[in-house]
Amino acid sequence: MMARLIEGVPRRALVLLALLLAGLIVAPWLANDYLITTLILILYFAYTGQAWNVMMGFAGQLSLGHAIYVGLGGYASAALFVHFGIAPWLGLIAAVAVAVACGAIIGFLAFRFRVGGVYFAILTIAFAEFARIGFDHLSWVGASSGFFLPVANYSRSDLWNLRGSPTMFYYVILALTVGAFVLCHALLKSRMGHYWQAIREDEVAARSLGINTFRYKMYAVVISAGMTSVAGVFFAFYYNNLFPEQVFSIGRSIELILSPVIGGIGTLFGPIVGAFLLTGLSEAMQNLLSQLGIDVPGAKQVFYGLCLLAVVLAVPEGVWPWLKRGVGLKGEST
Amino acid sequence: MPAEIYLNVAVSGLLTGLVYGLMALGLSVIFGVVRVVNFAHGEMTTIAMYIAITLFSALRLDPLVMMVPIAAVLFAFGYALQAGIINPFINRPEHSQFILLVAIAIIIVNLLLIVFGPDARSVQTSYAYDSFQIGALIVDATKVYAGVATILVAAALFAFFRFTLIGKAIRACADNYTGALVVGLDVKRLYALTFGLGAACVGAAGAMLVLLVDVTPALGPAYTLLGFIIVITGGLGSMPGALIGGLLIGLTEAMAGLFFAPSAKSMFSFGLLVLVLLFRPQGILGRRVA
Repeated sequence: MMARLIEGVPRRALVLLALLLAGLIVAPWLANDYLITTLILILYFAYTGQAWNVMMGFAGQLSLGHAIYVGLGGYASAALFVHFGIAPWLGLIAAVAVAVACGAIIGFLAFRFRVGGVYFAILTIAFAEFARIGFDHLSWVGASSGFFLPVANYSRSDLWNLRGSPTMFYYVILALTVGAFVLCHALLKSRMGHYWQAIREDEVAARSLGINTFRYKMYAVVISAGMTSVAGVFFAFYYNNLFPEQVFSIGRSIELILSPVIGGIGTLFGPIVGAFLLTGLSEAMQNLLSQLGIDVPGAKQVFYGLCLLAVVLAVPEGVWPWLKRGVGLKGEST
Repeated sequence: MPAEIYLNVAVSGLLTGLVYGLMALGLSVIFGVVRVVNFAHGEMTTIAMYIAITLFSALRLDPLVMMVPIAAVLFAFGYALQAGIINPFINRPEHSQFILLVAIAIIIVNLLLIVFGPDARSVQTSYAYDSFQIGALIVDATKVYAGVATILVAAALFAFFRFTLIGKAIRACADNYTGALVVGLDVKRLYALTFGLGAACVGAAGAMLVLLVDVTPALGPAYTLLGFIIVITGGLGSMPGALIGGLLIGLTEAMAGLFFAPSAKSMFSFGLLVLVLLFRPQGILGRRVA
């Protein structure tokens, strides 16, 4: 398994990867709380970006409503925890099941009825908005006034119930990000991964070669939805609150796709590089602004927008493929 | 509830829907010709709304009168946007175009947030509480003015596309891109012109919308979605479709607000959108695009 995973990856890349991972593992001993919080945010976006990438980057299906899977995952696990005391790791199963079912419905309707391109993207937004307004009126989970988890006692970390210190959450999200990376690497190298890329490049050609495009697009949506919902569980237990207006909003869906888009759609390192760049730069900018005594809401988002604009105009395929050439790595899609 | 209420709410919803339809008309024109989905459409509408509000609060200029200059400003904005940024993207993959416009949208929303703050703003005209009464039917004067203005603007746009040489040239670009190039049309300039015209619709609609709703920067994304719902329902790329879609959505939302919670009204629009996408993806009046 390990041998197959690293097969064909240049040694220089492996060394870099090992160094990066080692750095991230020891980070909590070296960094202060603020830095850990920032790293959690970065890894969260790296993870969700990786999950979104399965659908868009690998299979070429643009979803602009991925917040729906984060929201469903978060709400499912939080509701089970609050109402029935079911631990998040068990709730996770329900969360993934709900998100997979939702992804399957959206995918089935869209692909069966041949809703593609622009229309597909808008359909995904419509479902997310539908969920937002629906949850706004669902009083079982607090409706529009929000759903809250009992706040954690930081003296003791309870990994089973996901109640504890930021360091614990940091390792959880780090493990998720590494796991997603390994999974995506395996998916991309698998037969299905090649089918996806064929569909992405030319769906008609893929179908004429005998690929069941409906089935493989469905797999892409379902896998992406399931992976994204895990981030939702993390989100709910890390922030301890869920508001439909925030969780399902189109802004969240956009935020989620920024790191892979900036890092490089369809690459494995893209979402990670993008997340580090974007969150790192925006945190740095916010610090600078607050030290200058300027407090403007929206400045961070303007910065996001400008980054996005700069990337689409200057390096449309993303920062990572460009960076990779700079570092002198050659490997195909990693 | 007395029966007049339904009638009053329906008429009011239809008139509001007409103004939404004008906004969506801009989206439809842009998509129909340039084949770019303007993800910054609602955000451009809020720019127009804030211009109208600023003119009103600083100089007491009536938004209905200012409609034409505001439309002209938005025309210039749209023209510059297409000529400067979007034109190089017309042959890029769809998602690349989306992301470009999403970036523009994010920048607009948050610049407005920085400049005007998050609080809702509105315009109080002297005729804000006037109404017309026809039998049992009572209609806000503001909505009637806005509805009439919408019809005038839309009629002008239809006439432009049907009777002027430039309008015909633009339609030629929409019908056959390569053909238009072959006969020597300056397609990029016509695209910029079209985007400008779409933006001008948004300018006119925005000036009227300040009379009907309170504006916040967050309205931008909501209006973008509303625009999509309307044009997809009516038929993406179809001009009369956009107005009909607007009427339909206006009516649906008004009725949903009356029968259910007003906060749940847009759920019905989204429901309608999903149904249309599945069963008649080309919309009520649209042609199916390959």
